[in-house]
Amino acid sequence: MLDVIGVESLDEIFRSEVPDEVRLDRPLDLPPGMSEQDVNDHLRGLAARNTSSDDEISFLGAGMYDHYVPALVDSIITRSEFLTPYTPYQPEISQGGLQVMFEFQTAISELTGLPVSNASMYEGPSSVASAGYLAKLETGRRKFVVSRGVHPHSRETLRTTSVGCEIVEAPLDDAGATDLDRLAAAVDDDTAAVFVQQPNFLGTVEDLGPLVEAGKRTGALVVCAADPLPLGILEPPGSFGVDVCVGEGQSLGNRLDFGGPSFGFFAARESHIRKMPGRIAGETVDAEGRRGFVLTLQTREQHIRREKATHNICTSQALNALAGVIYLSWLGKRGVVELAELMLRRTHYARDTLGLAPINPGPVVREFAVRVPDLDELFTRAREAGINPGYRLGRDYPEYEDGLLVAITERRTKAHIDRFAALLQTVAA
Amino acid sequence: MAEETYPPELKYHREHDWARVEGDEATFGITWYAQDALGEVVFYDPPDVGAALTANQSYAEVESVKAVSDVVAPLSGEVVAVNEGLTDAPERINNDPYGEGWLVKVKLSDPSEAEALLDVDAYKKLLQS
Amino acid sequence: MSETLTIFERSREGRRAFAPPPLDVPEVPVSDLLPESAVRKEPAKLPEVSEPEIVRHYNALSKKNFDLDAGFYPLGSCTMKHNPKLHERVAALPGFARLHPLQDPERAQGALELMWRLQGALSEISGLPHVSLQPSAGSHGELAGLLLTRAYHEERGQDRHKVLTPDTAHGTNPATVTMAGYEVVKVGTAPDGGVDLDDLREKATEDVACLMLTNPNTLGLFDRNIREIAAIVHEVGGTLYYDGANLNAVMGISRPGDMGFDIVHFNLHKTFTQPHGGGGPGSGPIAVSDRIEPFLPRPQVVRRERSNGSAGEWFDFDYDRPKSIGRLRGFHGNFGVFVRSYAYICSLGADGLQEASETAVLNANYLKALLGREEIAEHLPLAFDRHCMHEFVLSGRGAKEKLGIRTTDIAKRLLDHEVHPPTVYFPLLVDEALMIEPTETEPKERLDHFADAIRSILDEAKDDPEVARNAPYTAPVRRLDEVGAAKRPVVRQPL
Repeated sequence: MLDVIGVESLDEIFRSEVPDEVRLDRPLDLPPGMSEQDVNDHLRGLAARNTSSDDEISFLGAGMYDHYVPALVDSIITRSEFLTPYTPYQPEISQGGLQVMFEFQTAISELTGLPVSNASMYEGPSSVASAGYLAKLETGRRKFVVSRGVHPHSRETLRTTSVGCEIVEAPLDDAGATDLDRLAAAVDDDTAAVFVQQPNFLGTVEDLGPLVEAGKRTGALVVCAADPLPLGILEPPGSFGVDVCVGEGQSLGNRLDFGGPSFGFFAARESHIRKMPGRIAGETVDAEGRRGFVLTLQTREQHIRREKATHNICTSQALNALAGVIYLSWLGKRGVVELAELMLRRTHYARDTLGLAPINPGPVVREFAVRVPDLDELFTRAREAGINPGYRLGRDYPEYEDGLLVAITERRTKAHIDRFAALLQTVAA
Repeated sequence: MAEETYPPELKYHREHDWARVEGDEATFGITWYAQDALGEVVFYDPPDVGAALTANQSYAEVESVKAVSDVVAPLSGEVVAVNEGLTDAPERINNDPYGEGWLVKVKLSDPSEAEALLDVDAYKKLLQS
Repeated sequence: MSETLTIFERSREGRRAFAPPPLDVPEVPVSDLLPESAVRKEPAKLPEVSEPEIVRHYNALSKKNFDLDAGFYPLGSCTMKHNPKLHERVAALPGFARLHPLQDPERAQGALELMWRLQGALSEISGLPHVSLQPSAGSHGELAGLLLTRAYHEERGQDRHKVLTPDTAHGTNPATVTMAGYEVVKVGTAPDGGVDLDDLREKATEDVACLMLTNPNTLGLFDRNIREIAAIVHEVGGTLYYDGANLNAVMGISRPGDMGFDIVHFNLHKTFTQPHGGGGPGSGPIAVSDRIEPFLPRPQVVRRERSNGSAGEWFDFDYDRPKSIGRLRGFHGNFGVFVRSYAYICSLGADGLQEASETAVLNANYLKALLGREEIAEHLPLAFDRHCMHEFVLSGRGAKEKLGIRTTDIAKRLLDHEVHPPTVYFPLLVDEALMIEPTETEPKERLDHFADAIRSILDEAKDDPEVARNAPYTAPVRRLDEVGAAKRPVVRQPL
């Protein structure tokens, strides 16, 4: 091969192209390569030192949830044809991936009640920030009004990435729902977008109608971050007139994976289609009239529009979105309702049975917040009992110093909840 | 697609836009060269009637599947009409760039600016270089 | 298959795959638990299908995709190297896959140690001491880099407005500049393919916050003036940002930190074998110099000494970072991608990573030489006549002028040869560009086959250019109407 190139050695190329002053003159200071068997064992060793949701009864939620992922998801997403191709820039040999995107977009549109969805974003909180960026592009304004019920990570991500924007927080009321009056008072002619979350971070089912009306009063966009599975039985944000619905897709067929990869979803009203971010698959026909799919409206995107692109996203989360649409097909039209109803009833059973003072006593679907007299003691005892009680709210909400966020999925049975209740009895004693 | 032509009665801007001047009004569009380089137009977002255009500055964009082009005003003035038909049939810009593919009609604020534009021979020379 | 049904069209009322667990708590009516205004009136019209039909449906779709496990995929700047099969096994270990991100760090020490070690390896490879694994893709890393730059300048009381990018930059660079609130200023390319130093000197003013570069650049060329470039930018107080898309050319050979870069992003889904998944997931960690470190996203993975008398170290998330720009996303980043990349680095080790880059450069230069033979080069001339690094760019203008076929026609005809086409029409600097990156995991015979395919397409076009113009013929569909899709977008199934 060197003969064909016309050099004596490969080093001749490097010496010609890479100046000595930047040439690394020693090997990389890393361990030597390991055999596959040794790598396998090393990784297994690291995995064994984690307490996963297989190892304890976990009531941890706060944005990612321990749902059952059916085996068929894994069997499909590990197929080479879905796992290893690149982005479908050559549509003729990517019809599988493009049709998956189209089906995913349809499923998200159905869940959220909005007509247009993209083919995925990275994850929940950065999708919220991207909705803010869209609002900036659409309105030219610089202020965001954000409910304190929006996930702390979303609020922080919005703050980090919203250059030159002012963020005003609307607090929660005594019932753990967004304070409508305070939100309405914060909305003015400089407001680009108003953000709410459904259910909110404490698990409260928000009354979206009045919130959306207050948000739209001065022409701002209303963004609702939504938890997708509760949308099985909750009236979708689109029905209330929101402009954009975004959210975290992990509950839809994706692993916990210590926080990623999952996917974000981004759905919007038709009028925003030319400014919204991300890839979008569209239906079309080929030269022989056959139905086919292509990436469409690419002039929004960075590879064509460059500095005038509506967003910089390139690689997103296609494989995770595939897991999502397979999962939604597996749940199906009835299953998504049944699953949500199961979570709803078990959540209310848990709130009643655990007997702790509620922070948000109103309607909840899959998560709720309570006050715990001695959280440290509870966590110590719970560890011994193989239970993870949930998320300590004080880390993000100093006003709920003694607060605990408890999540219920279809994996948390009545027996698990009863065990948790029994544990609380021993702690109280 | 249209044949490559450059009508002699029009004035041309070096950014591949044309102007048909009639008294103190003018019609603007893009030339055959511009539409050929762009490919089939899929979207055109016109300015509002009443908008003020400044000579040599972009006033709109035309999009094909793979590219976006700025449309530059050859002359300054106020938009009095936009070609509504292009919303549903943007391909008229490709098929008839000087006729049904017109973009805006403008009331000129300074008709003497037309002296700075190229005539058809000068524009054709520009294309050859 | 002459018909393409969607999963929705396969629905039949009443069919199901999921069966809910039996209700073990009181069956309280939904209307007792939720206010009427909040209850969904119309169910979401998700499919009603059984498991076997779901399997058949996605199985059939998969067969319409060309993928890396099927054949050669020389997409420039994408680094389509083999995805080792061990990685799916280790990523699926329940200790990783079933681990909640908010688990107490004391009970996630395996995961935190993995992140810590990956950080260390990326730091050594890049030559920059401090790493954040948080960004989710290259673009996200770029955004992080410019937000860090902004924070750095703000702390110095400087209000800068511009970011420089070469005209060969990948589109994400200027798009990110705009998102970060800066104005793009383009820097020209010199005849040798590197940055035009005179143009850079003129444009590098004290209003410039940063210069974003890739090295080797998108032409596959190593910029020999990189130290001078760094000096020019640093002299006016700007930061130097490295887009790591082309890192596969230089591991163990040259390090961005040594070249003078302040901030680097890595593409774990390029250099470090995370499978592309048809468009993600990826991961875009960043490495930064000491002066940028205080601003890194929060939290950072740190190693601590035990303070309670027992010996040893442990790993934790550090939130106590007062100058941090904050979060770019929820939780900690794409951990599942870290597992695969870490496994790759462990497998190759110091020698293996260097050998990977050396072989990538060897393969690219060999293929360039094959395509540089007279009968191909007259139609597809090399854009810049130098040794390339891991990729190179040809221009299709010769084929366009002499044969009447364009780069897109060559790409479509390659599909009939069961290889994926190279990147086309990028960088914009080159007319009818073809950007070719073979990577190190292709054996010589596949490179020979690709050159033969190119030659045969050119020969065929001499006789009849229409063949390429109407290609492909053997793909699941013929050329698709992208114009119609853009004029009247149909982006979901009506139900």
